[in-house]
Amino acid sequence: MQIYLPIAEVSVDAFLLLGLGGLVGLLSGMFGVGGGFLITPLLFFVGIPPAVAVATSTNQIVASSFSALLAHVKRKTVDFRMGTVLLIGGLIGSSLGLVVFNYLRALGQVDLLVNLFYVVFLGTIGSLMMIESLNAMRRARNPSGPRRARRQHNWVHKLPLKVKFRVSGLYISVVPPLLVGVFVGILSAIMGVGGGFVMVPAMIYLLGMPTKVVIGTSLFQIIFVTSYTTMLHATTNYTVDIVLALLLIVGGVIGAQFGAILGLRLKAEQLRILLALLVLLVCGKLALDLLLQPAELYSISTGGV
Amino acid sequence: MFRLILLLLTLTGAARAETIVLGLSQDSVSITATFDGDDILIFGAVRRDAPAPTEDGDLGVIVTVAGPDQRVSVYRKARRYGIWINTDEVEVDHAPSFYAVATSGPLQEVLRDTSDLREEITIPRAIRSVGATVQDSAAFTQALIRIREADNLYQTQINGVDLEQDTLFMASFALPANLTEGDYVARIFLTRDGRPIDEASTVIPVQKVGLERWLYNLAHSDPLIYGMMSLVLAAAAGWAASAGFAALRR
Repeated sequence: MQIYLPIAEVSVDAFLLLGLGGLVGLLSGMFGVGGGFLITPLLFFVGIPPAVAVATSTNQIVASSFSALLAHVKRKTVDFRMGTVLLIGGLIGSSLGLVVFNYLRALGQVDLLVNLFYVVFLGTIGSLMMIESLNAMRRARNPSGPRRARRQHNWVHKLPLKVKFRVSGLYISVVPPLLVGVFVGILSAIMGVGGGFVMVPAMIYLLGMPTKVVIGTSLFQIIFVTSYTTMLHATTNYTVDIVLALLLIVGGVIGAQFGAILGLRLKAEQLRILLALLVLLVCGKLALDLLLQPAELYSISTGGV
Repeated sequence: MFRLILLLLTLTGAARAETIVLGLSQDSVSITATFDGDDILIFGAVRRDAPAPTEDGDLGVIVTVAGPDQRVSVYRKARRYGIWINTDEVEVDHAPSFYAVATSGPLQEVLRDTSDLREEITIPRAIRSVGATVQDSAAFTQALIRIREADNLYQTQINGVDLEQDTLFMASFALPANLTEGDYVARIFLTRDGRPIDEASTVIPVQKVGLERWLYNLAHSDPLIYGMMSLVLAAAAGWAASAGFAALRR
């Protein structure tokens, strides 16, 4: 069934979009990731204009993160104080990101910017995850091997403006979480992602937060930053397509439920290797687009989208 | 004086010898939520007050349909630092968002180059780019035509006009799904020996209707409310789905 998207101004198969949403939902349910980093490139592939794809996927992330956050609030695994610091950074970063995004859009280089960000970040994260999970598998085979200490005192603990984060059990400076927030906000505006895939490792390894509060706190930050990014895109570019978003959301929430069930049946290490492979696959496809000579050297863009 | 009047009479007489009577299969095109392209039929007849002036050359009919003009940026990629990026840009000031030409015969038989130039009938003539800063700007307009032809936004149908007994004509155009809104202008030219002898035109409005119209208007006139609505809907959908599944599992 073809459906005409009012903002993207293209006609796309509604079931294809539901399926895309479902697929990404399935993966996010299985792996516990937002899936924004997958949905944006997939929307490029089906012919949604990049500006609309980025703006609309931030809206979709709000939906998929909201129900997850509710569960975490109920379990009291959200550090609101830390979340607020990350959020303030996120809002600053998102505003910066949008300025860069709109500037490059005027220059006709926004596709390049988005693609480069994707290749660099998916490539880095995918490789790190791959190495990490391969190491974990090796450790599982011979448990006598050396283990890294989790909590370390590093330069993060020597900065001024220290604040007590009771839920996380930390007494650290607000500067590093603020910077992490800014960085994630920039990613959110440019890539149309929540940024959990960068924030979660940063919270664990850089800030030294306990794992059990990391997911809930990052969800708290992601919801507000992606909401803010959605509003920025909606008011400056008019590129949020509500029909597209709803189709993705409906597919996504159903997929996520099945993904969660499926995720329980697979081993954690295998899951992570699968996710790493998937991330690298998407990264590889985007990298090839940049490296190989395109069939059509020319591209057109009208003022609107 | 007498000779001037005579000249005027013959001129207007010649212009009136054959005129176009026009019909459309539909007055407007509505873009609904399930819009998947549309077909438009343009038909008509040639009215004559006198026997057909066949000595002036063969009769030809050309029908064009043009969407609203846009300013288009055409980019060309080149290899820089090992990757392919947009390096050159040409602004095309006026390019119709949709353009279709149908003729009743081979182009060189129904239309002379000079007439084409004046009336801007064929696709390359309908596109105007001025003040290009790149040397080979022709390649850019060619690329624009090539890309839009691939999307069915630009169409050339030689022999696309069905001309019956030099009197009845009919042309059908397939409008693709990715149409831009606006007033589409249909022009019909009657030619003898490649020179236009009569011209008629009509406007076909293409508009989003219903929900599509409402959402588009809201997004542009009240972006704040539209954005809020998107967020509330997203949050509600997320919550409803998890609540629904939780209820199912019980």
